[in-house]
Amino acid sequence: MSMTQQAGPAVDRPPASGPKDKDGRTARRPLALRLLARPEVGVFLGAVAVLVFFLIAAPTVRQGSSMATVLYQSSTIGIMALPVALLMIGGEFDLSSGVAVITSALTASMLSYQLTVNVWTGVVVALIVSLAIGAFNGWMVVRTGLPSFLVTLGTFLILQGVNLAVTKLITGNVATDDISDMDGFDQAKKIFASSFDVGGVQVKITVVWWLVFAALATWVLLRTKYGNWIFAVGGNKDSARAVGVPVNFTKITLFMLVGFGAWFIGMHNLFSFNTVQSGEGVGQELIYIAAAVIGGCLLTGGAGSAIGPVFGAFMFGMVQQGIVYANWNPDWFKAFLGVMLLGAVLINLWVQRTATRR
Amino acid sequence: MTDKTNGTHGAVLEDSTPVPDGPLVELRGAGKSYGNVRALHGVDLKVHAGEVTCVLGDNGAGKSTLIKIISGLHQHTEGTFLVDGQPVRFTSPREALDKGIATVYQDLATVPLMPVWRNFFLGSEMTKGPWPVRRLDIARMKKTADEELRNMGIVLDDLEQPIGTLSGGQRQSVAIARAVYFGARVLILDEPTAALGVKQSGVVLKYIAAARDRGLGVIFITHNPHHAYMVGDHFSVLRLGTLELSASRDQVGLEELTNHMAGGAELAALKHELAQVRGVDVEELPEEGDLTAPVATSPEGST
Repeated sequence: MSMTQQAGPAVDRPPASGPKDKDGRTARRPLALRLLARPEVGVFLGAVAVLVFFLIAAPTVRQGSSMATVLYQSSTIGIMALPVALLMIGGEFDLSSGVAVITSALTASMLSYQLTVNVWTGVVVALIVSLAIGAFNGWMVVRTGLPSFLVTLGTFLILQGVNLAVTKLITGNVATDDISDMDGFDQAKKIFASSFDVGGVQVKITVVWWLVFAALATWVLLRTKYGNWIFAVGGNKDSARAVGVPVNFTKITLFMLVGFGAWFIGMHNLFSFNTVQSGEGVGQELIYIAAAVIGGCLLTGGAGSAIGPVFGAFMFGMVQQGIVYANWNPDWFKAFLGVMLLGAVLINLWVQRTATRR
Repeated sequence: MTDKTNGTHGAVLEDSTPVPDGPLVELRGAGKSYGNVRALHGVDLKVHAGEVTCVLGDNGAGKSTLIKIISGLHQHTEGTFLVDGQPVRFTSPREALDKGIATVYQDLATVPLMPVWRNFFLGSEMTKGPWPVRRLDIARMKKTADEELRNMGIVLDDLEQPIGTLSGGQRQSVAIARAVYFGARVLILDEPTAALGVKQSGVVLKYIAAARDRGLGVIFITHNPHHAYMVGDHFSVLRLGTLELSASRDQVGLEELTNHMAGGAELAALKHELAQVRGVDVEELPEEGDLTAPVATSPEGST
């Protein structure tokens, strides 16, 4: 299944002979091969393969409502995978992204409940807190020059502890109180956690947000200055700085973008379930990173796309729900992830070698 | 010689080419210490428009520190650094770029995985449209990059190919073409020929000459006196962080330059090799005493 995405680009042949180009030094490879060499095409084929497999193996998947569930599952991963992917293209990691989601939800929930204010106040404060966490991560990384792995591992542990401790301190419980009857809740729920009807199938609004954000991220990455800078700071930070790219600004804002994503998913969780479990989120950061890597983002930065992680997240959502629909033991999910991840990393390695080989 | 007048633009006569006759960049007794390590001390250097100033030196002589000061990556800790006669102190490469000082680094000139045209415009991208939808003007950038590269004699099939797929000489040449296009007045080249083969070095030297003929002041850092002598107008040899020699082309020959590169103490050891490699009669090599003739004391501009 996911094997197909490895098999695809691996059929690289030496460039076809018969140069007819201007300087006669680079013969163009056939379109199919050039496409296959693109990581997002590889992951697209992988996603299609996984989809087809489960369409055959689990008849339930063929129903519209099951597909809506798969897409919903994918979107909650995918919305976070996008900024994580951009950050990865920019050459950095954020291990704190999983618990930062919970931190954001806890902030909004407890602030609104304890002060009995409109939930929108909590939502806005949570946004500020999330962006501040991102800015702190970014500032620490560019300021100290330490690997972002270490810095964000630190924030990860801090946030994990703070989430639990502060929640217990304030509510005396590991979960926050139900805020569903508070002012502004319904309005916020409409934005972050509502559903709408498409041909009799209930589709979650996060699916729409996911695709909107993906389109936006793709545009920014390929069509704007900022996108150019993201590739540059990830590809070669020193070169980028030497030609005048604001490296620190780019990195810090990328971390803040992850903060924004954490806030969005945090708000979704809060307005879907009305309460927040303070111990959740641990391990999610690796799922996001894996989705980005499967989506063709180079772990070391400098290459990748925003559309690849969309398919990466879809593969995750599909496998996660597909296993359930196929009545298999869900414990296999993580094993699937591992296989997909390894496959994607191997492809990435191959792509980078091809791209820099002469 | 009216070198005394500083190169303020106001002093330029309208019928003359807008090239200030004073040095574009000048270092006076400049130095740099990293903590208690003195990497550079008392260096005088002048860069004139339309001239190639070569800075030579062995590894660890302070060449890199010198260019880092001029390109804005580091700040000098002693002496003065003047651009157009005005003392400056750059805190970032961006400031140096804004003054028209562009640096092409040997190892970090480009981002390997990015396409050629994106590399060409990196940090100075062309955009179109109002702010919320301001976007890259890709068609114009590709066209301009292609034209500029062709002007420098570089023909590439596909500007979309990652620049990492180009050869070292081509990459250097793209970087030089980029600097020239972005209105650099002073071009700093950090050992552009160090990792290149004979033919590729020739290509790069050709672009250095092309840049000089366009009226740029070029600082050519190298440890190869042969390459330096092919294009250089003025030669400064650094040794252990200080100026060993500063002479214009008519004051120094290739032999002498090579001797200075080797330095007095190591000269004896090199004599044998020189004799074999270049057929120099070792008996006629200048003795240590002769080597101090035009040393650093008179850093007069050439022409």
